[in-house]
Amino acid sequence: MLSRLLPHPFLTALLAIVWSLLVNEIKLGTIVFGVFLGLLIPIATAAYWPNRPPVGRPVKLFSYMMIVVWDILVANVVVAMIVLFKSNKDMRPKWVVIPLELRTPEAITMLAGTITLTPGTVSADLSEDGKALLVHALDAENADDVCADIKHRYERRLKEIFE
Amino acid sequence: MSELGILLEIAISALLICGAFFTLVGSIGLIKLDNCMSRLHAPTKASTLGVGSLLLASMIYAFMTGEGSVHEVLVMAFLFVTAPISGNFIAKVNLHRGRGTDALQPVPSDQVWGTYSEK
Amino acid sequence: MILIALNIAFVAIALSLLLAMIRLLKGPNTGDRILALDTMVVNSIALIILLGMRLGTQIYFESAMIFAMLGFVSTVAVARFVLRGDIIE
Repeated sequence: MLSRLLPHPFLTALLAIVWSLLVNEIKLGTIVFGVFLGLLIPIATAAYWPNRPPVGRPVKLFSYMMIVVWDILVANVVVAMIVLFKSNKDMRPKWVVIPLELRTPEAITMLAGTITLTPGTVSADLSEDGKALLVHALDAENADDVCADIKHRYERRLKEIFE
Repeated sequence: MSELGILLEIAISALLICGAFFTLVGSIGLIKLDNCMSRLHAPTKASTLGVGSLLLASMIYAFMTGEGSVHEVLVMAFLFVTAPISGNFIAKVNLHRGRGTDALQPVPSDQVWGTYSEK
Repeated sequence: MILIALNIAFVAIALSLLLAMIRLLKGPNTGDRILALDTMVVNSIALIILLGMRLGTQIYFESAMIFAMLGFVSTVAVARFVLRGDIIE
């Protein structure tokens, strides 16, 4: 019963917050209408995505996001230095193949997004069977180091969160 | 002006300069780098962070002038969520169009990649 | 102080819009052109935000939001069109 009224509880909360932010004032009326929208929209659209995305540990997800935000800040300084002060000849762009241990689509999506936003790497493609990720590194000495770093820093944490 | 006001002003100015710097670096990278996959790196990261920083400055400024506003968070969140996705799509376009030409380094072929899959 | 920083930011972002425009006209591959367009959208969002700060109003915010959404959707649409020859399958 509860799962029919609240097909996606996180979406409900997110919609309420987004509505309050859009209106840009915290009043009782805004919050009530936001919650109302948050209840209505998931029920109306539930037929299109029947599976509830699994979020195992929200607290760990939050700490993961903090790590990613910090890495984004560092990444930007690193990339800015590479772009401004390194000549094109010295650049060593490389393809890196990352064999995946994650199986959930949500986790793989998050890993790919994280890789794109962090130091000198952009995720380009997923293999046909979904077991490897193709990553382009802007300036890498050794492809194996990049792979090991990503696996250790992000994939291990995502595995704890989603699986 | 109070102490806090001066501190806030310094913070806003620093955020503005940082944001403008990173946005500019993104575009310089877009012009300077010589490889179509390398060019993808600068705008996806630097420009996104640059605009994020400008939005943060705008938010603090609104609080300083009295009419608090938080809806900049929405644009920021939206940009940070969509930047990897559009980056991924552009990478796929590069893979698709540059296959077998000089524009692209040869892709490792120990897997069948999604863009090249026949299914 | 804020005014000086704002003016510097205006100049820097106008310059980066110009650079992205050069890449758009030059860009040898389709991917480069799409990327340049995407960068230009992000830069124009930055310009709108700066204009809002300069004039001290909030009314430009909605246009920044709409730019963000339309920019993303159009990037994905163009990329999909190049990849599949079709946008909605």
